[in-house]
Amino acid sequence: MAFRRVVVTGLGAITPVGSTVPTYWDGLRQGLSGAAPITRFDASKFKTRFACEVKDYSPDNYFDRKEGRKMDLFTQFAVIASDEAIKDAGLLEGINKDRVGVIWGSGIGGLKTFQEESFNFAKGDGTPRYNPFFIPKMIADSSSGNISIKNGFRGPNFVTTSACASSSDAIVAAYNYIRLGMADVVVTGGSEAAITEAGVGGFNALKAMSERNDDALTASRPYDKDRDGFVLGEGAGALVIEAYEHAQARGAKIYAEIIGGGLSSDAYHITAPDPTGEGVVLVMQNALQDAGIKPEEVDYINTHGTSTPLGDGAEIKAIQKVFGEHAYNLNISSTKSMTGHLLGGAGGIEAVASILAIQHGIIPPTINHVTDDPELDARLNFTFNEAQVREVNVAMSNTFGFGGHNTSVVFRKFKA
Amino acid sequence: MSEIAEKVKAIIIDKLGVEASEVTPEASFTNDLGADSLDTVELIMEFEKEFNVSIPDDQAENIGTVGQAISYLEEHAK
Repeated sequence: MAFRRVVVTGLGAITPVGSTVPTYWDGLRQGLSGAAPITRFDASKFKTRFACEVKDYSPDNYFDRKEGRKMDLFTQFAVIASDEAIKDAGLLEGINKDRVGVIWGSGIGGLKTFQEESFNFAKGDGTPRYNPFFIPKMIADSSSGNISIKNGFRGPNFVTTSACASSSDAIVAAYNYIRLGMADVVVTGGSEAAITEAGVGGFNALKAMSERNDDALTASRPYDKDRDGFVLGEGAGALVIEAYEHAQARGAKIYAEIIGGGLSSDAYHITAPDPTGEGVVLVMQNALQDAGIKPEEVDYINTHGTSTPLGDGAEIKAIQKVFGEHAYNLNISSTKSMTGHLLGGAGGIEAVASILAIQHGIIPPTINHVTDDPELDARLNFTFNEAQVREVNVAMSNTFGFGGHNTSVVFRKFKA
Repeated sequence: MSEIAEKVKAIIIDKLGVEASEVTPEASFTNDLGADSLDTVELIMEFEKEFNVSIPDDQAENIGTVGQAISYLEEHAK
């Protein structure tokens, strides 16, 4: 049986550097930093007091009050980004909704909801007064559930959870379901909203986050010698992907083709990346093999590059192993330098960035670069500080999650 | 209107996102005000919190309209 071709026909994004796809892309091209002091709660006693929040966000701009109150912030982001993608794809009418699925990614789910309900219980006398919306708001799959309810999509519906690889795993799963013929269209991507006391406190305890409070704007600095951890972000990225013949039949515009997905596991440590990078080598090899292309065909890698001392080096080492001499011809960039790290939402917004790089022939930069890291090969093109113009035929998006999950997705300029 | 009735109406308007004019004594939470079963549970919990009462499940089942809520609370509120 021949696999069906799968194309991207709609994009959506709500991010710390722009709350729609056009403003997100403008932010990326211009090298905008989304970092600023935390406004979502009083962080004055926290080690990290800044994050990449979605700016000027109010649910009232998107939802009526009753509707918004029943969704955790991560689900609100999911619905907002998917609405934009669905509209962009022209998916609202004239399709068989039984053949449209929603496969979403979230690493954590409704952390704020869980936290609030736990606080409320702790403040009381032990009498349980949990809100009936607590569980349906908190569970990670309330994102895909709400997207399907709003739009009447009755195809496959679930959420993937693999920490920071979650939404890339969702995209790969969606790609597989379509190419196997189990759905014609899938709304995919992912969202996260973990800028809460529990989120910031928890990641601080892991010593995973930057503590550069005196210079928050430049704190996310992947591949810089003085990088000191990731900067927490929030938001959502959404794709509408569909079988090529389905898109063609309804005359949809096509952004790019998904040609491969690779998965692997480090099998090493629950939070630390394997310093040898073997799992990361494997995931890129798996993705290239699935795509049926040679390493030399890749132009751009949107890296995981979270700005942690260990992770950044391991990924670069792995890229050099997989791509050999061609590594020097690649553009490599970490858009997390601008957006911060959206955890389970990262693969969603980074897929959008990779697809727009193909569409516009522009590589978004790795900003905040000050000092070269002597441990990293200076002949590599990290796209430091300014966007670069480059024809992109093939882009690879890498994401890796706590638990040792690695996922790579490969996009190619569409040719009929 | 009693103070309790005013408070009950305010809670219903807030939780169900309806207009004050819709919140008549005969209005049913589910049939007229768009509440689903979870909304109804949440309303009962809000009444318990606001009026410092505990409404047993078998009695909560009999509170289906605005008027029923008001008369129950006027009788039981502390």
